[in-house]
Amino acid sequence: MKSDRLIIAGGGPAGLAAAIYACRARIPTLMVEKLSPGGQVLITDRVDNYPGFPQGIAGHELIDRMIEQAGRFGLEQQNGEIAAIIPPESGDGNVMVRLAGGEELEAGDVIIATGASHNKLGVPGEDELTGFGVSYCATCDGPFFSGMHVAVVGGGDTAVQEAIFLTKFASKVSVIHRRDELRAIKLLQEEAFANPNIEFIWDTVVKSVNGDKKVESLSLLNKKTGTESTLEVEGVFIFVGIHPNTEWLNGTVDMNQRGFIRTDGRMKTSANGVWAAGDCREKELLQIVTAVADGATAAHSIELSRHS
Amino acid sequence: MADDKVIHVTDADFDSTVLKSELPILVDFWAAWCGPCRAIAPMIDELAAEYDGKLVVAKMNVDENPATPGKYGIRAIPTLILFNNGNVVDQITGAVGKAMIESALSKVL
Repeated sequence: MKSDRLIIAGGGPAGLAAAIYACRARIPTLMVEKLSPGGQVLITDRVDNYPGFPQGIAGHELIDRMIEQAGRFGLEQQNGEIAAIIPPESGDGNVMVRLAGGEELEAGDVIIATGASHNKLGVPGEDELTGFGVSYCATCDGPFFSGMHVAVVGGGDTAVQEAIFLTKFASKVSVIHRRDELRAIKLLQEEAFANPNIEFIWDTVVKSVNGDKKVESLSLLNKKTGTESTLEVEGVFIFVGIHPNTEWLNGTVDMNQRGFIRTDGRMKTSANGVWAAGDCREKELLQIVTAVADGATAAHSIELSRHS
Repeated sequence: MADDKVIHVTDADFDSTVLKSELPILVDFWAAWCGPCRAIAPMIDELAAEYDGKLVVAKMNVDENPATPGKYGIRAIPTLILFNNGNVVDQITGAVGKAMIESALSKVL
């Protein structure tokens, strides 16, 4: 018999929004999250583009509110990491969810909302010096660099927003970008260009992170001129895009080349009973506001599919 | 919550509590401003309860206690350092899953 349970894999905004909609539809819902809920929003100092918060809101505060809201409608949570899902061969069967510890759960439907993680640069010294000056979280680690010179690598929204944030602590922030213009939205660009403590190093890539037990310098290569140089900094913050947390699916559902899950407009994947929402899904705009929209749509589509 | 199993250490009592601990001790360096620190907090509490009697689990607020993080070169949080007999056995940076922390613990337990 088909279970009426819904399992949501991942507790970021997409998973939490799906939970709110599913619980309100009286679908018994279990959220499985390997850390505590929140996802990437937890490392965001300030969310300024989520409607309803005219002065912006701290990432963790927005998440706390979503958790409280989902809890109010009866969401159950389990701490754990999903190792695999096995979809049924026909639409009548259940999806088997296997946790990393070996425990197996069954559900009529599963929403994959496992989000995305930051990319690494993949250069020598990066792994060795992570935690010793190499960072992927400005809100966490910015305060360790008071009065120091740090670098930011990247040219998107996150890189520019975090560069501006870091000027609260660092005496100077050098933004290293491989192109000669930023991808970040105009408002952030204007703010960064007007900030006297931010300098831009264009057309340049990082070849290595150097230092003995702490970051001391970066080796840089200007891609246009071929000139190599050394930039002395005490920290480097890396914001060079994200990749979806979908490796664990091992091809269970259809994905694009970069590993983002393909769905239809109802958030349904290629596998029976399996849906996807948020940053792990193939789409144009990866934002909190689109993640919650995906989550709501997925939960609603599941409800409709059960009554058709 | 099993929070009562977790002890809180400071710069002042770090040597006597951590370095002279008879049991292996896992120290979670955290701060209120750090989202990922919050993300791993429930897991740290769980570890403290599960390994009670075999392992001490401690937290140090890096905002209030800057000397010790400086001594260990910490420039990112959360950082977990596992000490045994006053020596650093392992150091983990970032919000990682329980399995990764337990694999570090297996070196001393």
